[in-house]
Amino acid sequence: MSPEPNAVDTLIDAVSAVFMVVGALMSLAAAIGLLRFPDLMSRMHAATKPQVLGLFLLLAAVGLQLRTWWVWPVLLVAWIFQLLTVPVSAHMVGRAGYRTKHLHKELLSTDELEAVVVKAAKAARDSEENDGGM
Amino acid sequence: MSRQRVSLRQELPLLVWLVIVWGALWQDFSPGNLLLGALLAVAVARLFYLPPVELSGRFNVLKAVPFAVVFLGRVVAASCQVFYLAVAQGPKVTNAVVAVPLRSHSDLMVTATGHVISLIPGSLVVEVDRSTSTLYIHGLNVRNGEDVLKLRKEVRDTEAGLIRIMGTKEELAALKQEVGA
Repeated sequence: MSPEPNAVDTLIDAVSAVFMVVGALMSLAAAIGLLRFPDLMSRMHAATKPQVLGLFLLLAAVGLQLRTWWVWPVLLVAWIFQLLTVPVSAHMVGRAGYRTKHLHKELLSTDELEAVVVKAAKAARDSEENDGGM
Repeated sequence: MSRQRVSLRQELPLLVWLVIVWGALWQDFSPGNLLLGALLAVAVARLFYLPPVELSGRFNVLKAVPFAVVFLGRVVAASCQVFYLAVAQGPKVTNAVVAVPLRSHSDLMVTATGHVISLIPGSLVVEVDRSTSTLYIHGLNVRNGEDVLKLRKEVRDTEAGLIRIMGTKEELAALKQEVGA
């Protein structure tokens, strides 16, 4: 039994088509950013963020096309896990990148962390010297 | 072994979440399956003990819904911006690492703010100073002092929104005073 496609079906198809194209574009944005940006930190922006939106749009398109309510919780859980894990991975890589100096200082307009790091390193060295003197 | 007892009320959000995940994975929300999920959730929460998340006990749904909508809108806008930057500027993009002191000192609030701000493309948490609850944020396309101020304001506004949703009463009162002043 295949009923005539009515207006609602057409609308759902159109919306999910737009979602899928835009979602794929977001993944393309991530790839372009990964290639074009100069250092690790700015690449992390491109590599982690547009996917959040891209995945959301693709999952929404899947949900719209399957038309059964029980896929929605699965898709939602998948997206929420993505929301929870993406910032953590971005933070860990970014933090490791900053500490191992995988960044182009000349491309930073301000760096308010550097002074803190230098101060902390100096304090650590001082306390080490004091321990050695005792 | 001296463990701090976690009250059921404090554990409830975790248990509810586990049951939802269980139901979603089986794609079956029948009462029997949910009951089994609930039993498993309690067992898992007892066996694999984690320090409880300190909730404030407040959650304002009326504030949460607009916040979520605005958040999605900003994710869309910022994704397009990152796309544009990748294509148009690429290797010449200027960034900055900005220190943003937060109002709240609760771990949950700092984590939530860091998460939200990390999910919006263009900003990334590099380092967290827990003792002063300062976030060090790497911002994409931050060219001058004005952009730095804008980024800082954005983070503080995000935190203000989260405090309005689920901050403690004290934080809310402090925020109201600050806005009023």
